[in-house]
Amino acid sequence: MITIVDYHKGNLMSVERGLAAQGAAVRVTDDAAVIARASAVVLPGVGAFGDAAATMARLGQMEAVREAVGRGAAFLGICLGMHLMFEAGEEGAPDGGPNPQGLGLIPGVVRRLPRQGADGASFKVPHVGWNSVVPPVPPEPDLRDFPLMPSPLLDGIAPGEYFYFTHSYVAPDGPATIGLTTHSVTFPSAVAASGRAFGVQFHPEKSSDAGAQLLRNFVTLAEEA
Amino acid sequence: MLTKRVIPCLDVKDGRVVKGVNFVGLRDAGDPIELARAYDEQRADEVVFLDITATSDDRATTVELASHAAAELHLPYCVGGGMRTVADMRTMIAAGADKVAVNSAAVADPALITQAATAFGTQAVVCAIDAKAVAGNPNRWEVYVAGGRKATGIDVLDWAREVARCGAGEILLTSMDRDGSRDGFDCALTRAVARAVDVPVIASGGVGRIEHFAEGILEGEADAVLAASVFHFGEMTVRQVKESMASYGIPVRL
Repeated sequence: MITIVDYHKGNLMSVERGLAAQGAAVRVTDDAAVIARASAVVLPGVGAFGDAAATMARLGQMEAVREAVGRGAAFLGICLGMHLMFEAGEEGAPDGGPNPQGLGLIPGVVRRLPRQGADGASFKVPHVGWNSVVPPVPPEPDLRDFPLMPSPLLDGIAPGEYFYFTHSYVAPDGPATIGLTTHSVTFPSAVAASGRAFGVQFHPEKSSDAGAQLLRNFVTLAEEA
Repeated sequence: MLTKRVIPCLDVKDGRVVKGVNFVGLRDAGDPIELARAYDEQRADEVVFLDITATSDDRATTVELASHAAAELHLPYCVGGGMRTVADMRTMIAAGADKVAVNSAAVADPALITQAATAFGTQAVVCAIDAKAVAGNPNRWEVYVAGGRKATGIDVLDWAREVARCGAGEILLTSMDRDGSRDGFDCALTRAVARAVDVPVIASGGVGRIEHFAEGILEGEADAVLAASVFHFGEMTVRQVKESMASYGIPVRL
């Protein structure tokens, strides 16, 4: 059973149908007690960081998700759901005020995607459309052709595969990064926290066959949890 | 690298595709979902359902379509046409639409864009602009509303900047001069708008030949290209269009 966290910000049908299409039993709930006991949790991405974090905190969902992940539940954060895995986010911070706090499963702050690249070229933001996901470049030259993405979440997905993105904020790069994507900057598009917790910047439920493969991988992870 | 999108547009009336569809291999060529699924298989990046239903009574059918699409499609889709209020848009988003497109109602009240962006996020709000060249002035275009029947006197570039400032996440730009002409996109118009705003611009109106798609990207500097009849009539597949674009060095998801 996969539990989808409802933080009252929008439509979760696509995520629900996407997981169900891969054979998962799915329930949608805002009940912190149910989330805390779940063996697999999906945190979907709708709305803005500050707003979503405030609602989650008010409903006790922050603690509940941390408890489930701490117990070893499989976890997938999608888009904003991935952002919420980090310590904090700029999006929706009051003027001059502190950044809203996330789950803190991964260190760092989610920041606005710059409109300019390092060479001064200008880029459209939001970053909307299909972009490729590549593995973080391995340090050893002889590993550069390593054919697989280094995570069970990305099993069977070719390096460079395209996924559908729509977002204006990006997570910080770090040891949690398992996939990278480039727009104005190169940013983590897939992350793995400790245990079985994963996040993706793109929308697998909107990413055709490749997205279905990723959801299938998560359903497999969830069944093992 | 972010790829350039190819977007088939389906005009829908009473839940059925209009503008005759002549597409091989479909059981029911009038079923928008079946057609959209076929485009998904051809590697369409997104689809737009344009509701050309005149009355709000019939809009319930389009809400049903949006909900059906959420269950059946695994690619993003936008629904446009006739939405007047944030409540109208909320109904469509709640039914499962990833994005909603507004046009006339935003011209009547630009605050609608800001309200929608606040409610659903900028990524969900597409502003459709129907543009027509101003006679005798090669670099000026005027905004039209009401399905292209009513001139507003508003300059297209001013309006594009305004809607981006208000929170539109994308602009769907249709050249009324080129729509249905098969002469290709109005690249001067598209380029002027693409340079005026920093949100993505979808070029629409005028495709007749496969190389027109690449022109829209290279000369029009569009972020995405949209067409209807060339796909519906089976003149070319989305995949063929993308292969053509790739041959010009344009990044596409093949």
